Amino acid sequence: MGKPILSVEKLGKKYLLSHQRSEPYTALRDVMAEKVKEFRRRLVNPFSGARPSDSGSGPEEFWALRNVSFDVSPGDRVGIIGRNGAGKSTLLKILSRITEPTEGKAHLRGRVASLLEVGTGFHPELTGRENISLNGAVLGMTKVEIRKKFDEIVDFAEVEKFLDTPVKHYSSGMYVRLAFAVAAHLEPEILVVDEVLAVGDAAFQRKCLGKMEDVASQEGRTVLFVSHNMAAIQTLCRRAIWLDAGRVEQDGESEAVINAYGERLQNASNIPATLRSLDGNIDIEQIQLLDKNGRATSVYSPGSPIKVEIHYHAKQPVRRPYVWLGIQSQFGALFGANMLLDGARPEVLEGRGCIGCTFHTLPLLPGQMYRIMFGGRKEDGFSALFKATEVTHFLITGSAEEIGLKGELADSLVGQSSPVLLPYTWELPDGRFVSVNPF
Amino acid sequence: MAHQDPKTASVCDRFELVIEPGRGFRNYWRDIWQYRELLYFLSWRDILVRYKQTAIGVAWAILRPLLTMAVFTTIFGYLAKLPSEGVPYPILVFTAMLPWQFFSSSLSESSNSFITNANMLTKIYFPRLIVPASAVIVNLVDFLISFIILGALMAWYRFAPGWQVFTLPLFLSLGFLASFGLGLWMATLNVKYRDFRYVVPFIVQLGLYVSPVGFSSSVVPGKWRLLYSLNPMVGVIDGFRWAILGGELRFYWPGFLLSLVITSVMLLFAFRYFRNTERKFADII
Repeated sequence: MGKPILSVEKLGKKYLLSHQRSEPYTALRDVMAEKVKEFRRRLVNPFSGARPSDSGSGPEEFWALRNVSFDVSPGDRVGIIGRNGAGKSTLLKILSRITEPTEGKAHLRGRVASLLEVGTGFHPELTGRENISLNGAVLGMTKVEIRKKFDEIVDFAEVEKFLDTPVKHYSSGMYVRLAFAVAAHLEPEILVVDEVLAVGDAAFQRKCLGKMEDVASQEGRTVLFVSHNMAAIQTLCRRAIWLDAGRVEQDGESEAVINAYGERLQNASNIPATLRSLDGNIDIEQIQLLDKNGRATSVYSPGSPIKVEIHYHAKQPVRRPYVWLGIQSQFGALFGANMLLDGARPEVLEGRGCIGCTFHTLPLLPGQMYRIMFGGRKEDGFSALFKATEVTHFLITGSAEEIGLKGELADSLVGQSSPVLLPYTWELPDGRFVSVNPF
Repeated sequence: MAHQDPKTASVCDRFELVIEPGRGFRNYWRDIWQYRELLYFLSWRDILVRYKQTAIGVAWAILRPLLTMAVFTTIFGYLAKLPSEGVPYPILVFTAMLPWQFFSSSLSESSNSFITNANMLTKIYFPRLIVPASAVIVNLVDFLISFIILGALMAWYRFAPGWQVFTLPLFLSLGFLASFGLGLWMATLNVKYRDFRYVVPFIVQLGLYVSPVGFSSSVVPGKWRLLYSLNPMVGVIDGFRWAILGGELRFYWPGFLLSLVITSVMLLFAFRYFRNTERKFADII
């Protein structure tokens, strides 16, 4: 092929992390108070240089992305994988021109449409019809394009009947369908998609994936696709780029890259950076996954127990908090353990310590990756202590046969099937009973 | 597929884009032009939402200027007995209410506009200038409603404007630029210093008293008049009065020109400050 449609050269993005503030913006009164303090200090001691006290608590540099280079040819579909905080979203944000890089450059030879979230700009008070126009404009479509695609969008979203209803009355499924439908009918040369397919029901997800495949293969568009859904990446993308700690760890044929990534996950199962509570009082320093022998691993066999250990450091005592854990797959939330429901809660978290939670059996299909979500609320049960965050993932490995799934296609289908497997029995017309009692 | 290649190639050349640090100014105006429809849609959304959410939306747009006018007429016209320049006092007040209310609501809404649209700013690219601009445009609808009331009021008093009324768009544009300039500046400061939102209502409140809304500028002593015109809204309001009340008033040129200069400087300054901060918006908002 000729010129690459997208070339990225030594791209880097630096953030300054401040340890004192949890919000990125400043308050004017703080700035003014600083200035007054500074002024007073200078009056007292006019010849001193920079304040020595500053060096300890000053901002810390953090490279979310560093030295990232790659080329993409027109019509390529590239999957971007990596752990949370690896720099995937930062890369997409730079390519979508939402934020500027600190160094390096990216050369784009075509219009870019980015889909970092479904339904950006949707207004709950407006009807479906009005939101289609609005969202289309937000995503860069012209009035003429929107009018031309309108019926197709409505068709795809399956919301004809509710077109003139305000979207605040939509079910969440309808809302997502409509939002994705608008985005799917964009006609850019380069489509940048963040993990937006993690929403909606399985059937609609498959429809979306199919649409994205069409967009790329039939219409010759270039797609950059971030996902934790390895199966989706494998079906959609021939090539994958694995980012780790802001750098390109591996770039190549998607199957090889995904396998290498999976192997790495098995070896390290703790969260990359410290997770801090919204009020800054507690740090989660480590989240460990342990098997039945107490060994840290992120590979489990179907039906085995898993223990999640949350190692915290409370700088101030935190009284009677609620925390929860949730297990998710590519199909959405599966199950969890939630102190808000079961009422088990620590009296106080002080200093360093650990909360453990054992799921006695993982009734999950092999061949899929599962994510662990973590969140928490304060004593009152309403205000957030930790934002819901994906903290780690694990893989279930093994063959379909060993858990009693004997279908001919079972091995190729377990990776894409609804993952929770519970005991059941078929009663066939010839009088046979076939039981599956997997674990 | 082969037949598609020439088209793809031409498109590629047309939309060539380089992303690097400190860049972005080169295509800024072209981008704004490309995104003009978004400006239209955002304004349309806000207008729709404003008048949809409350049945009293329109009533509010009518009641607010009417009530304010009644209070001002009573206080300044009947109690303080300020001169009315030979026109009915309610009309004198109302001609000033028009630009002032447009200015004050535009300023308060545009200065909050980046924060209220923060979600969009962190998820999608478009020239951010569109956001405060659409916040100002939305208030043109309220302005139009008030303008109709003024027409009715003038018909009631059997007061006909002169040819000067055709210069009104000029003064409206000046009012637009003044509120957009200050609004853009405040909006940008608001992104960076989140407590700036407390400053804006104060400016609006104070501005009502230092602008000739309830009284005519002629009550300001001659030697202070130029200093008074440092407030850019003085030029706009005086212009409105001159345009609508016609020959009854003398046009005060030095004051108008000063307002023009102040507005332009403010706009330029706001724009520069905004452009310097815009690049970091998504990181700090």
